[in-house]
Order: sequence, then structure tokens, then C-alpha cells
Amino acid sequence: MLRKWKQQRAYHLMLIPSLVLVFIFSYIPFYGLIIAFQKYNPGLGFNSPWVGWDNFAHIFNQPNFVRTIWNTLYMSVFKIIGGIIVPVIFALLLNEVLHSGIKRTFQTLVYIPNFLSWVIMAGIMLDILSSDGIINTFLGVFGIAPISFLGTPSIFPWTMIVSDIWKGFGFGTVVYLAALTSIDPGLYEAAVIDGAKRWKQTIYITLPLLMPTIVLMTVLSLGNVLNAGFDQIYNLYSPVVYQTGDIIDTYVYRLGIQQAQYSIGTAVGLFKSIISSVLVAVSYILAYRVAGYRIF
Amino acid sequence: MIYDKSLSRRVFLILNYFILLLISLLCILPFINLLAVSFSSSAAVSAGSVTFWPVEFTTKAYEFALTGGSFFSSLWVAIQRTVIGTLVNLVLIVLTAYPLSKSKQKLMGRNIYMGFFIVTMLFSGGLIPTYLVVVKMGLIDSIWSLILPGALPVFSMIILMNFIRGLPEEIEESAIIDGAGPVQVLLRILLPLLKPALATVGLFSIVAHWNSWFDGIIYMNNPANYPLQSYLQTLLQSFEQIMLKSGSDYTQLLSMMNARTGRAAQMFLGAIPILLVYPFLQKYFTKGLVLGSVKG
Repeated sequence: MLRKWKQQRAYHLMLIPSLVLVFIFSYIPFYGLIIAFQKYNPGLGFNSPWVGWDNFAHIFNQPNFVRTIWNTLYMSVFKIIGGIIVPVIFALLLNEVLHSGIKRTFQTLVYIPNFLSWVIMAGIMLDILSSDGIINTFLGVFGIAPISFLGTPSIFPWTMIVSDIWKGFGFGTVVYLAALTSIDPGLYEAAVIDGAKRWKQTIYITLPLLMPTIVLMTVLSLGNVLNAGFDQIYNLYSPVVYQTGDIIDTYVYRLGIQQAQYSIGTAVGLFKSIISSVLVAVSYILAYRVAGYRIF
Repeated sequence: MIYDKSLSRRVFLILNYFILLLISLLCILPFINLLAVSFSSSAAVSAGSVTFWPVEFTTKAYEFALTGGSFFSSLWVAIQRTVIGTLVNLVLIVLTAYPLSKSKQKLMGRNIYMGFFIVTMLFSGGLIPTYLVVVKMGLIDSIWSLILPGALPVFSMIILMNFIRGLPEEIEESAIIDGAGPVQVLLRILLPLLKPALATVGLFSIVAHWNSWFDGIIYMNNPANYPLQSYLQTLLQSFEQIMLKSGSDYTQLLSMMNARTGRAAQMFLGAIPILLVYPFLQKYFTKGLVLGSVKG
């Protein structure tokens, strides 16, 4: 045992820096979650008075909060659906292009927005969506009155959904193209001999073989259903659209940090964190069972 | 593959190229529009006459962006943060992934260590408790508040761990027979072999550090310490105020630039660094996806 330890000592020593840092910045905050059950007072710190489940009762009695959950689910479900369909279709269309240079050019162009932060993207969107921005100027050509994409509660969620898909579909395209290139060409040759045209080949060969990747990507995005995109929404929303645009994360930030209601904010965060971690765990298990994909 | 040359096939191909071109253009035209806006006069921009080419060309917005506000100081913070943060990430990733790539027999308690890190991927204390820990550590207004909480990117560590496991074991064994200890094996034998994998996870870190803005906003009380993206984020809300504060002749400035052209110039400047490394990024990110799917 002692000799074994001696051999291994170097490995354990190497792990120490990571263990210490992860402990401080990831595990100590778990302890901080107790303030969700206290009436937190910065002067008293973690010795603040206990209130049990009062903070949770308080948030669930707020009509705002239920609305926030609904907004979160609404936007993230459509983002997930669009975020699967658009790259699959784009990858299928791109796969029909035989000239590899042209193919790569298209792929490169749609991949660019992935690397820019939502701050930069929000700057671009604020500009192109403004009342005298290029999109409304373009719509004006057809006699359409300027649309306030970011200031109309009924339109705001769809602006978020479409722009999120726009920013992210290049990434999915690369994943699906990688899956498409691994399909055995012999299958298509056999199908042609059987008289199948391109469309039939797509329906009966390409799509079924793409299915495992589609299932995997869908399952993995399930774990994110309560993250409707804080970076994006925080940078683009305004009090006018809180009603339809406020999500759990933006709500926690406004309540917890801006209004300094630490206990209430933490309670909302804890509620979200528990549901999210269950969803992530379930989606990882599903990914393994359904698609045979192991993350660790 | 076998291709038919029928009329319907040709019609499809033409349509296909058209759709692909249209979607690809949708991904880059906003950037070109932003660039055109940033080089146009404020009058032309408010009139909505700027599309993809500058109208009444002026570089006033850039002159202002580079002199007014704190563009350069926040650029410097962002560079420091990205360089130090990425180095810290890489050192910890290697020091953690190497021991964990060992089997249970060669590293006592391997599964316990592994569980310790994976829990942090699934569950987190959330925004407010993490914020309180950073405050307690005295890191507010220090660049380390942007680096230490995410010092070990667990997902990247798992990618590297799987990469090490994929290497032939004989390389390491022969080094051990020659009398090398774990540290020598890591530094002399493994590091050179790990270069491509390190480039991949290093680029993940570079992009993440460069694009982060939220931690800058919450952990820095003094806006002079904001990294670039946090500074740009404040511009989204309040460009007019920054123009007012700049002290130059406001009316004269206003005739040539306004909040929209100024913001466009700064957004574009903020995007340049990532766009410059983009060709390398794309290559490695595509590889990283393949690496990430290696089964553990």
C-alpha cells in the first residue's frame, strides 16, 4: 500500500491545484445556497435568520415568476426545434454541392457568427433592427411600416428565436456535414441501381443515417431547456418587453444583483439549478441509451 | 456517387445554389452593413440611405472610438485576461487530465476525483452564491476574478483526458522502463504529442475569455477595469452619455457621427481580433468536435 502510494504520489500532487480551485469556486457556493432559506442580511452573512421555505413560497406567489418560467420554456423550445431543423436542411442542401471550394466557402460564411459574442451581435442587431435600420428600410420598399422588433411584446420572443438560430446554425451544419460524409457511398450506388432518384435517396438513406446525430443533438440540448439565452436576452430586452421577454436568468439577475434581494434571487436560482441538473443528467443518460454517445 | 443529368436535377441544382447563397449572405450582410454604417456620416445613417457601401465617407466614428471612452484600456484588460486566463486553463487542464487518464489501479480514488469534477458540470451554486464567494475572496476589481472561478474548464479537461487515453500506452511504458518519473513522462513525452489537442482546447479558452462580458460587469466595481466586451456592453445602453462626457466640440462631432455610427465602429473594432484568428479557429474547432466525440 505504501509503495503504491509512493508511485502514485506525483499524480495526486498534480491534481491539487485543480481540486483546490474547483473546491473554492464551485463547492463553497453550494454552501452559499443556504441563504435561499434565510432572510439574508449582508451584515450577518450566513448567520442571517432562518425563514424555511418562505422565499420559495414568495416567488411562486408572484405572477411575474410563473410568467418568467413560461417565457423561458416558450423561447427555448422553439430555439431547440429551429436549431435542429435549420442546420439539418442547410447541411443536406450543402451536401448536394459537389464543388468542394464552393461548399467550403458557404460553410465558412455561416460559421462566422458563432465566434462573436452576444454583445457584438446585439450591437449589430440593435442597428439593423432600428426604425431607420436596414431591415426596416428594406421593408419600406414594399410599403410596410417600420416594425419595432425589439420593442413589441408580441414580436420580441420571435426576434430572439430567429436571431439565436441565425447565430448558431453554422455550428450544427458542421456537425451534420461531418455525419453526412461518413455515409457509405455504396448505399447510394445500390439505390441508383434500384432506380431511386435523389429525393428518394434522401428520404430512405440520408435521413435515417443522419438520425442518430439528430437524436444526439436534440437530447443534449434538452439539458439546456431552462437556459433560454441570458447573454442574448439581457443585451436586447427592455422594460417594455419584460412581459414576454423576461427569462429565469434575467429575472434572477435583476432581483438578486440589481435590487440586492440575495435570498429571493438565490431561491429562484436554486430552483432552476435543481431542475436543470436533473435535465442534464437525464439527457446524458438518454444520449448514451439512445445514441450510444458517452460524454465521460 | 452516381449523378444523373436530367432537367429536374439541373433545376434543383440552380435553385439549391440560389438558396445556399441567400442563406450565406444573410449571415454576413449584417456585418457589411455595420461596416458601411461605421464609415458613413450621421445624416446619411439617420436618413436610412446606407446599405452595403459607406455614404459620405468619414472616419470620425473611428477617431472617436479610439480616443473617447476607454476603448484602449479595456482592450488591454481583455488581452491580459485572455493570455493569463488561457495559460492558467491549459496548465490546469494538463495537470488534471494526465492523472485522470490513468486507470483505477494506477490512481487510487480516480473515480472519486472524476465525480468531484463532473458534479460541477451538472450542478452549480448559481449566480449569487458564486458572487458572494468572489467578494469574500477579495477578488472584486481584480483580474483574477475573471480567471480563477473558471480556472479548470471541465469539458476541455475531459476532451484532453480522452485524447491521452487514445495514445498508445507503450510510449509511456518504455519511458518508465528507462527510468522516467510521471513528471518527466508528462513534460518530455506527452506534451509534444498533445500539441494538436492543446491547440483545440486552448482555442476554446481563448474564445471564451475574449467573448466573456458578464463576469466583468458584476465583478468589477470600477468601469476602468472592464475587459473589452464588458465595456462594449455598456455602450449598447449608453453611447450618448459617453459622447457627452468626451469633452470635444459636441455639435461639430454630432454632424459627422452619432450614437449609431459610433457604436458600429466600436462593435466592429471589438470583432476584429476574433475575425483575424477565425481561419485558424475554424480548422481547430472542427477537429475539436471530432475529438470531443471520442468515447471514453
